[in-house]
Amino acid sequence: MRQIAYREALREAMSEEMARDERVYLMGEEVGAYQGAYKVTQGMLEQFGEKRVVDTPIAECGFAGVGIGSAMVGLRPIIEFMTLNFSLVAFDQLINNAAKLRLMSGGQITLPIVFRGPGGGAHQLGAQHSQCTEPFYCYTPGLKVVMPATPRDAKGLLKSAIRDENPVVFIESEVLYGFKGEVPEEEYTIPLGVAEVVRPGKDLTIVAWSKMQHLVKLVLPELEKQGIDAEVIDPRTLRPLDEDAILASVRKTSRLLIVEEGWPYGGVGAQIAYLVQRNAFDYLDAPVERVTSEDVPMPYAANLEKAALPSVEKVFAAVNRLLGR
Amino acid sequence: MDRGLLLEIYRDMLLIRRFEEVAHRCYTEGLISGFLHLYTGQEGVAVGAISAARPTDYIVATYREHGHYLARTRDPKSAMAELFGRASGCSKGRGGSMHFFDLARRFMGGHAIVGGHVPLAAGVAFASKYRAEPDVTLCFFGDGTANMGAFHEGLCLASLWKLPVVFICENNLYAMGTPLYKTLAVEDVSTRALGYPMARETINGDDALEVRESVGRALRRAREEGLPTLVEAKTYRFRGHSISDPAKYRSKEELEFWKKRDPILTLAERIYTLGMADEAQLKEMELEVRREIDEAVEFARNSPLPDEKTLHDYVYAGSGEETAGGGT
Repeated sequence: MRQIAYREALREAMSEEMARDERVYLMGEEVGAYQGAYKVTQGMLEQFGEKRVVDTPIAECGFAGVGIGSAMVGLRPIIEFMTLNFSLVAFDQLINNAAKLRLMSGGQITLPIVFRGPGGGAHQLGAQHSQCTEPFYCYTPGLKVVMPATPRDAKGLLKSAIRDENPVVFIESEVLYGFKGEVPEEEYTIPLGVAEVVRPGKDLTIVAWSKMQHLVKLVLPELEKQGIDAEVIDPRTLRPLDEDAILASVRKTSRLLIVEEGWPYGGVGAQIAYLVQRNAFDYLDAPVERVTSEDVPMPYAANLEKAALPSVEKVFAAVNRLLGR
Repeated sequence: MDRGLLLEIYRDMLLIRRFEEVAHRCYTEGLISGFLHLYTGQEGVAVGAISAARPTDYIVATYREHGHYLARTRDPKSAMAELFGRASGCSKGRGGSMHFFDLARRFMGGHAIVGGHVPLAAGVAFASKYRAEPDVTLCFFGDGTANMGAFHEGLCLASLWKLPVVFICENNLYAMGTPLYKTLAVEDVSTRALGYPMARETINGDDALEVRESVGRALRRAREEGLPTLVEAKTYRFRGHSISDPAKYRSKEELEFWKKRDPILTLAERIYTLGMADEAQLKEMELEVRREIDEAVEFARNSPLPDEKTLHDYVYAGSGEETAGGGT
């Protein structure tokens, strides 16, 4: 199968959906003439023109609101945030408008809109550019939250997000944009809300998403060498969460480790841990473990940043605790 | 001046005035709860502006939107039922006083974060332009909004992209309880338009006909030239910011001064002067409006509450509705 980069997979998804549906348009900072701050939208202005690939001023609240307003009357915007850190400038638009308009209108408003861009840290970008926003959005009923780890998932899930009738926060990663993987030539979609068992196993379950899937992959060879058969699950969509897939796995392995890039307090992993203890309590042979970032705004210095993030060592330590070693 | 139109404008204003008075009474009787921001005194703006628009033009308003809703729909039943939190309300009891919606009549909501709806209005207009449709969006807000970032970003994008939208600032001199001179460094909110730039007008909001003419010009500019306008209508709120505000920050003299400019009384005077109706005719209209509001209260009172089994409805559209919940 052909291999393409994560950013190319995202671009294919958007281009195919825009070619398929005139109501879909792309809006954001540097998406057009600049060809995308991370080159995700390269060539799209040439392909679709200024009407459908709209460069904006640096006004996240404004253009996120314009996207929502246009979706209220039937357009299907893709709003690109240069990074999800900047979505916080538009937080009111996402939380108070996008998530709530359907309920407040008694179901009259349908809001098919995608907010997308890279989330989490990259390399020494400092505190304001290195944070995970998914817990903010997962907390809010009315939003869906998607975080693909591979080019194949990125394309299939983005196409589903664009076709979805609800506001979807689609969180990518700066460090994954160049990552290559197999992506089918033929048209396909991947449904939102369906997890993937990335590696079947029987000794413990590891749940991780986005970049953390790649961290877990680094740990697997050593675990195998030690004779530990880990089942790895990628929820891919964090809301709605595929609870059944996680519970089925834990009922099989009796041990759960969650690896997430976000902070520990109130994180998505905390909710998963709650769900598992509530619904699979009798199956658990050990307390649920989490590896998260440290509870600190991200410092700049390379060694401090490394110390703050989840690491191979931290994952091993958590696995050992889970197995009582 | 067309007699039918003039009387229609008068009746629409009267409908709003009586609706708000009765809503106030129902609130004190415990039939309505939550926040209640009455429109009393500002009727000239909503009715004048919306009378100038086509029924296909969109309206986006704030949490003080009962007047705009009634001016567009003339449907006090669905409005009162919403205040009562009933399933027959215009937002099925999910919205309340601050969130009236009627998409069929292009009433795109009451929105309750100051300024947050201004980019939405620009977005609705963006869609009209995108689809080459002739509709214009009317966006209402108060003077307090003129200091919000979302307001500036909305105007910035509307001007930059030449969107067919009319921004209507109802300057009632107070941002909640704080007088204008403490919140605005400029005399007229409309000067905010200069930097984008966009056309602007400052008008007497207590004269529905002046509002109608001004907004009519702005609508033509939007429809024919694709350009936005900022209209500032100076007016006055006869009640406090919300029902829990006794408005002690204003003097009795100030209130009396503005009550002499009551948009309904001054329009009645004009109707008499022009000989278009006499007192008996307006009195008859008044009784008719009161009956209509009484019927709305009866309708609301007799409407069923929303079924609690439907609590999770209207969160997600489509097949994902049940699976998207926050877990057990």
